[in-house]
Amino acid sequence: MFAELPLLSLLIWLPILGGMLAIMLGDQRTMMKPFALTVASLTMLLSFGLYVGFDSSTHQMQFVEKLPWIETFNIHYHLGVDGFSMPLIILTTISTLLVVVAAWEVIQHRPSQYLAAFLIMEGLMIAVFSALDAVLFYVFFEAMLIPLFLVIGIWGGPNRVYATLKFFLYTFFGSVFLLLALLYLRHVSDSFAILDFHQVGLSLDEQIWLLLAFLIAFAVKVPMWPVHTWLPDAHVEAPTGGSVILAAITLKIGGYGFLRFALPITPDASLALDWFIITLSLIAVVYIGFVALAQTDLKKLIAYSSIAHMGFVTLGLFIVFDIFANASTGSGAVLAIEGAMVQMISHGFISAAMFLAVGVLYDRMHTREISAYGGVVNTMPKFAAFAVFFAMANAGLPGTSGFVGEFMVILAAFQANFWFAFLAATTLILGAAYTLWMVKRVFFGEVANKEVQSLSDINRREFWMLASLAVIVLLIGLWPAPLLDVMHASVKHLLTQVSQSKL
Amino acid sequence: MFQVPNMLFALPEMLMLGMACVILLVVAFAGARGTDWVYGLSQLTLLSTAVVVVWFIGDGGLTFSDTYIKDNLSDLLKLFICIVNMLVLLYSIAYLKARKLLQGEFFVLAIFSTLGMLIMVSAYHMLTLYLGLELMSLCLYAMVAMHRDSAVATEAAMKYFILGSIASGMLLYGMSIIYGVTGSLAINDIAQAVATGTGDETILSFGIVFLVIGVGFKFGAVPFHMWLPDVYHGAPTAMTLFIAAAPKIAAFAMIIRLLAEGLIDLQHHWQDMLVMLAVLSMIVGNLVAIAQSNLKRMLAYSTISHVGFLLMGVLSGTQEGFSAALFYTLIYALMTLGAFGMILLLSRQGYEAENIDDFKGLSDRQPWFALMMLILMFSMAGIPPLAGFYAKLTVIKAVVDVDLLWVALVAVVTSVIGAFYYLRVIKVMYFDKPVVEHRLEAGSTMQIMLSANALMVLGLGIVPGILMKICTIVFA
Repeated sequence: MFAELPLLSLLIWLPILGGMLAIMLGDQRTMMKPFALTVASLTMLLSFGLYVGFDSSTHQMQFVEKLPWIETFNIHYHLGVDGFSMPLIILTTISTLLVVVAAWEVIQHRPSQYLAAFLIMEGLMIAVFSALDAVLFYVFFEAMLIPLFLVIGIWGGPNRVYATLKFFLYTFFGSVFLLLALLYLRHVSDSFAILDFHQVGLSLDEQIWLLLAFLIAFAVKVPMWPVHTWLPDAHVEAPTGGSVILAAITLKIGGYGFLRFALPITPDASLALDWFIITLSLIAVVYIGFVALAQTDLKKLIAYSSIAHMGFVTLGLFIVFDIFANASTGSGAVLAIEGAMVQMISHGFISAAMFLAVGVLYDRMHTREISAYGGVVNTMPKFAAFAVFFAMANAGLPGTSGFVGEFMVILAAFQANFWFAFLAATTLILGAAYTLWMVKRVFFGEVANKEVQSLSDINRREFWMLASLAVIVLLIGLWPAPLLDVMHASVKHLLTQVSQSKL
Repeated sequence: MFQVPNMLFALPEMLMLGMACVILLVVAFAGARGTDWVYGLSQLTLLSTAVVVVWFIGDGGLTFSDTYIKDNLSDLLKLFICIVNMLVLLYSIAYLKARKLLQGEFFVLAIFSTLGMLIMVSAYHMLTLYLGLELMSLCLYAMVAMHRDSAVATEAAMKYFILGSIASGMLLYGMSIIYGVTGSLAINDIAQAVATGTGDETILSFGIVFLVIGVGFKFGAVPFHMWLPDVYHGAPTAMTLFIAAAPKIAAFAMIIRLLAEGLIDLQHHWQDMLVMLAVLSMIVGNLVAIAQSNLKRMLAYSTISHVGFLLMGVLSGTQEGFSAALFYTLIYALMTLGAFGMILLLSRQGYEAENIDDFKGLSDRQPWFALMMLILMFSMAGIPPLAGFYAKLTVIKAVVDVDLLWVALVAVVTSVIGAFYYLRVIKVMYFDKPVVEHRLEAGSTMQIMLSANALMVLGLGIVPGILMKICTIVFA
């Protein structure tokens, strides 16, 4: 039944139009918030339709829609999803719904515009994940910056202007190189279709330049060390919803970009430069892990832990070349790519949960300093239970989704090089160190001060918001098969593309 | 044997000339009382000219002994010049009234200047081109000087006049060299002479240098940009708007007629010159704009950078590049119209909203127009899904396709630098608290048209295909 509906178009335009309507309804109408909630819920339900109707036996694009858009240049409104993009779209719709719920009583300043910004964001992000035309992809990739720029700038903390300008210019700087790369690819292949880019033959020099352009664009998004510095600033200043979307989804667009562009279009250059990207990833995992240890601000700590976790994604994507070199069987490579994908999804949910949890505390105390807290468990037992659970998931506790992705990547890394695996595995110690130490300082011990003493536990809205995320994190942790199954065919196909030289 | 020229091809110009004389008479006899009438007549003139252009769209050819051309390009550009100037007059009226600058002469000058633009667009002979250019420019000089009591405006007018005259002189000198080599001033004769290689190429390239300098002056491309910020800043905002929008469309016609149609076979000579102009314009325009606190001055430098982008399309020397440059010109005119229109909208009696800080907290006071300004600024910065992005996309694509990757690289990097100052305007509107009251004094027509103008920028960003197609057909 989902095959006939233009499901992807609905998923893109329903929230965008809904967002515009929410602005028009304005702050005064009481129905504005229920309306935004309905739009977000409806979008999420529709996105489940993608999962139900998805055929996991093929790597071909599904739910394809193709209409001419700019005929002069043969640019199409071309949408479709495969095993990589479909789970990310569902992640997007769930996160957005949570953001709407999280904003309910909290956002007092221009709530209609706040919710509208996130609804429009949602549509744009879904479009990024489903665009199969390079210009269409780029348009949404860039358009996404506008709502996020406003969200951080209008609803952010004291240093918000600096943070949002830095965020915007950093990512804009990265993406203009992507534009050049796409235009060059269209010059060579005479088409703007991303799948045609996959086929086009390129010399090693061309591939290396293209990969560098992709790297600048997507490394800023992921973000990889050393172009990560915008992220802690943006996270600290952003309102809770902004942090959630930033961490849960926009970072994933970087990883998705590597999957969709860098690996299949420039396999030989990726092979030639994989040492470089692996090095950056391992630096992110180890060095940023230490940096996280030193943070005194809750959001900054989670931001740095995000960078470290995303290091696993890029590591998983690029160790496949070493695995191919070492082992003849492709099993390790499958493990690496799937591990990276699971890590993306899992980090999406866990980081969303962590930022929402910080938001819950911040709404009550209006501070993010770790030292301002202590003994929160005494006054907020229910909340503390959730927070400790998510912290454990963040540290990679077996049974939670955080464990699955990291474990798969580490396992695959053994087939590539022992030292990669060794360094990557330090995250299990570092991650545990910085999260558990944070938990200890914030939640356990004596009640630190009067403010903590007067804290009230989470209400029903907050409870269900965190509980639903806890269920998802547990579910993926205990039974990742449904998630792995949908991406299996796509991963296989990607690996055949990656293993074929284009020279 | 005397042949009657095909007058129909010049019907829009003849209509406009006739109406201009009528307006002149009305101004002379009705005096200050008749200003509203004159305004209505001027709008009617522009509207009826646009209608005539649309009515006779399609067939075309040369007339007046091959000195005048009517083709798809001229039709499209004339239509846009008329529409743009209608909006300019509409946006200016309240501003001029509040400053007691609303005299009949303004409309006479505006209509004659528009006539000059139309002649430039249709000129297929260097003398006709020069005639149109001077008619346009002399009216513009006088318009800038109309605010007699303002020292800045007078200074700006002087500067504009002197530098504009130098530019015209350069252009004439270049034309005379070309004439000396090819023996003709008609564009098609020159093209033929160049194609058959009858002239000395060295001397021709010498002539091209002067043509490019002249065109560069008129566009305001670096290093011939010195007049532009001062004139934009000094002139009353309504005049700035007039200078910034339609004359660029006419200048585009000039560069196409001269370089792309007359001297296309010498592309290897003028390409490098335009590359330098384009690259320098993008770098200087975008870098210096950062330092500006006056919005008009900032937009002047932003214009310089836009000229650099526009020239990228022309320098590629392909049909596709020309249509990209045409697309860029039209989108640029639309965005400039909106941006200066916004300054005019917020200005009122004794208050010029021309500093960036004057926009502080606009989203608190006028959320709708803050949103419109946001659209315009993001579009100028080249962020999708707004029209400015596609303009940049097409010109960058044009240079990538002729393997000038380094120029494309300069373009994208400078556009990141450029994004900063556009973002600053959005920052003051949305993130800062208001310091002045933003009261609107303009009429509802202007408010509606300005909104339509900005929404057009958004609409063209969502469906850019049609205008792009038109721009391609024009050069096919």
